[in-house]
Formats: sequence, structure tokens, C-alpha cells
Amino acid sequence: MSKRFDDKVVIITGAGSGLGEAAALQIAKEGAKLTLVDLNSEGLEKTKEKILLVAPNTEVLLITANVANEEEVKNYVDKTVEKFGRIDGFFNNAGIEGKQNLTEDYSSKEFDQVISVNLNGVFYGMQYVLKVMRKQGFGSILNCASVGGIRGVGNQSGYAASKHGVIGLTRNSAIEYGQYGININAIAPGAIMTAMVEGSLRQMGGDNWEEVGKEFVKPNPMQRFGRPEEVGYVAAFLLSHEASFINAAVVPIDGGQSYKY
Amino acid sequence: MGKLQDKVASITGGVSGSGAATAILFVQEGAKLVLVDWNDANAGAFIDELKGMGGEAIFVKADVSNEDDVANVYKQTLDTFGRVDILFNNAGIGAVKPTEELTFEEYRKTVAVDLDGTFLFAQYAIKEMLKTGGGVIVNTASMYGWVGSPGSAAYNAAKGGVINLTRSLGLEYATRNIRVNALCPGYIDTPIIPEDYKQTLRDVTPMKRLGTSEEMAKAVLFLASDDSSIMTGNSIIIDGGYTAQ
Repeated sequence: MSKRFDDKVVIITGAGSGLGEAAALQIAKEGAKLTLVDLNSEGLEKTKEKILLVAPNTEVLLITANVANEEEVKNYVDKTVEKFGRIDGFFNNAGIEGKQNLTEDYSSKEFDQVISVNLNGVFYGMQYVLKVMRKQGFGSILNCASVGGIRGVGNQSGYAASKHGVIGLTRNSAIEYGQYGININAIAPGAIMTAMVEGSLRQMGGDNWEEVGKEFVKPNPMQRFGRPEEVGYVAAFLLSHEASFINAAVVPIDGGQSYKY
Repeated sequence: MGKLQDKVASITGGVSGSGAATAILFVQEGAKLVLVDWNDANAGAFIDELKGMGGEAIFVKADVSNEDDVANVYKQTLDTFGRVDILFNNAGIGAVKPTEELTFEEYRKTVAVDLDGTFLFAQYAIKEMLKTGGGVIVNTASMYGWVGSPGSAAYNAAKGGVINLTRSLGLEYATRNIRVNALCPGYIDTPIIPEDYKQTLRDVTPMKRLGTSEEMAKAVLFLASDDSSIMTGNSIIIDGGYTAQ
């Protein structure tokens, strides 16, 4: 049976852990060739090992890069085209949370840092990938926003601004590139149990973070954390040809959290 | 093995357009079907087509806004298949007319089919799904449930209602393993759109084309399958970017 990503080439940033890793595993199982990008080269190696366990024939290109650096972004796109000759899908996922603080105490350095990774990094990625996709006349981009890009969460000035910005960029560019056969969407994950969310809970609760996590997830309609692979399934759908008329959409993956008042 | 292997799915408005495309895809994915439509003209031939593909399917004629009809659909579903796992709540009608010319009867008919029918089918499905441990509901809303447009007050009001019904049911049953999501289609290439109007709609859509029934069906399958296990209360816009402009 043919798989959704047979012979397809997909770039995933932030692939060294969490949602990027989960998406990489799912998309590899479905036949894709992958370029995996992360600042953490150890994480990339680990993701590659996991991929080869579930999909041993996967062609994987690992690139250590800081997505906030435009040159490094250009490089991972160029290297992908050199090696694989095309880009079918791009999961523009790398992001950081930043140190939590009230707005008045949120350092401007922290703010700049979070914006540079989460927003500038997403912009650079789209810019270089779109140049390739427009020439090809096809492609799908999926940007990683957050429930924190739809609603206020608190103590996350940089994160909130960047993720709201990702949604704006998504809509803007989707309108521009729909006519070239390219669809661009965003996902808005909520409380998914990744290393980043664990770190966030540790900021709130220290060693007591698991208890804090239980309290944190209580108001969620499903009353549980999502699993990274549940995001992997949605990312794979939205990057596949099956979602080809879905464009400029923002899809929450949050157990209903963003709709609850 | 299909993504919906041995699941029992009912599809309202299931004999034409996106409902029929979904029926074909669901059979390919292993589901058993109950197709519901008020119009039975092509139903027999379509059921035969699905059976020819190796599917199990029955047709029940019903007006989705009539509770007796809805009760009968569920009776026949249970008599035949014993359960219901998936509901694609897709039947809908429009009433395109300036509001000052729209009769109250036309308004009520539109809201009855598009909103009351969606509610009734969901309510009956939920009762059965609670007995069997869960299920999935996919409602067809519309991009005109998100945004307004002139000349379609009744339809837009009803579809806006479907979106918030979806959110509310999604939240209400989130801990009881019933997921409820909706699709908000934009301009999909179905026989409802007059041929000479299609180019106009292509021009105003950022992707410069109409969606297809098959693309709708793929999105329904995504929401009906475990691929969307963490999603509930959601309305996914499938409009080629139209409402983001």
C-alpha cells in the first residue's frame, strides 16, 4: 500500500526533541526523506536513531543550526535541495519558551531571544523554503504556533508575542502563496508532555513539578496532557496531500483547551 | 487494515457531494455505513456501488430535522449493526436570498435542517456512544459559520450555531471518550454550485481553485480516526485560505 510520504522530502526544525521528533518519527514511518534541524546535535542523533528503529530505510540529513540565524537557515534549505532535489513539506517547528516572568520583570534580552527563535526563525524558514516551493509549484508548510498564540497564558510575554506572530505570518503568507499550489497552516499545541513543557512546569513547581502538572492539566477538557505522537499524527495529516485545500488554518491540538471559557 | 476497520459510521446527506465522497473513503477504510438522506433518488444505486467495493451499507430515508425520522435512523442502525461509532453530521441546505425577501418559514426550514438536525443526530449518537464507551462526531459547519456574508442570513446563523454546538459538545464529553469536531468548508466543487459561477469563486479563493469532495472526505477521515485523538471542540477551516484574507 502506498504511503502518504513515499518519495517526499520533508524538513523539520526543532527535530532533536519533543514535537519535532514526534513528527519526524510519524512522517518517516510514512515513507519520507528527512532533513532534521536542531541547535542540539546530540538530540538530532537520538532522533535519527529512533527513526532508524521504526523506519530503517529512511534517508536522513542532520543539520545543526540556529534557526534565529538567517545564514544557517539558508544553509539547511540549500543542503536539502542539494541532497534531495526538492522540498515537499516543511514543519517550521523550532521554538523556545523563555524564562517566565511578569511583563514588568520580563527582561528585554529574554524578549529579543524568544522572538528571534520563535518568530524570526519561522520567518526565515518560510522565506527560504518558499523560494524553492514556488519554483516547484507545490509544497506544504506547517508552522508551529501554540495555544499561547491564541489565548493569553500569563508570564510569557515573549512566547505569547512570538506565537501570536506566527499565526499572523501564517495567514499572510498563505494568502500570498495559495495561487502557486502551496498551502501554509499553523498548529496550536496545548499542554503536550514534551521536555519543553516539563521545563515550564519545573519553572512553576521546581521538584514538585509533577504535582504542578496534575493541577495544571485539571482545567483541560480531556483532563490529561497530550502525547507528542498525537501531535505527530496531526502534523503528518496537515503536511500531506490529504490536507491540500486546508490553507491559512490554525488547528488547535489541545484537548479542547482553547475553546473553553 | 483500514483506519476505520469495523467501525459503524452514519453519514447524513450521504448520497451526494462530500457525504458520498466520504462514504466511499470510509468503505475503503473498513467502516460499515448507514447513509441518510431525504432524497432517495440515487440511494439504491449508490448503496450497490459501495457493496460492489466490498462494503456493508444501508440507506435510511429521513428528514434530519424530524425527530421521529432521526429515531428511526438509529433504530435501523442498531437493528442492523448494533452500535454507532462515528457520526458524520453533514446534511445541510442553504437559502440564498436578501433578508427582506426571506420568509420566516424559509428561515426556520434552513435552521431546522442545518442546526436542529445536527443537534438531533448528535444527541441520539451520544446516547448510544455513552453505552458503548465512546465515539466520534464530525459536523459540517461552513466558513460562513466563522464569517458573515450578505444574502445568506439563515444559513450563516445556523452554521455559526453548528460551530458553537461543536465546541460545547466537545467540552461536555471530553472526559467520556466522545470527540466532537467540525469542518468549515469554503467553496467546494459540488453540483450545488452553478457551472457559470465556478470561475468567479476560483478567482476569489487564494488557492485559485475550488476544493474537491475528496479533499473534504480526507479531512473527515482525519477527524473520524485516531489520528486526531487529542482534538475536540475544534472547527477546521478548509477553504483554500478564503477566510484568512
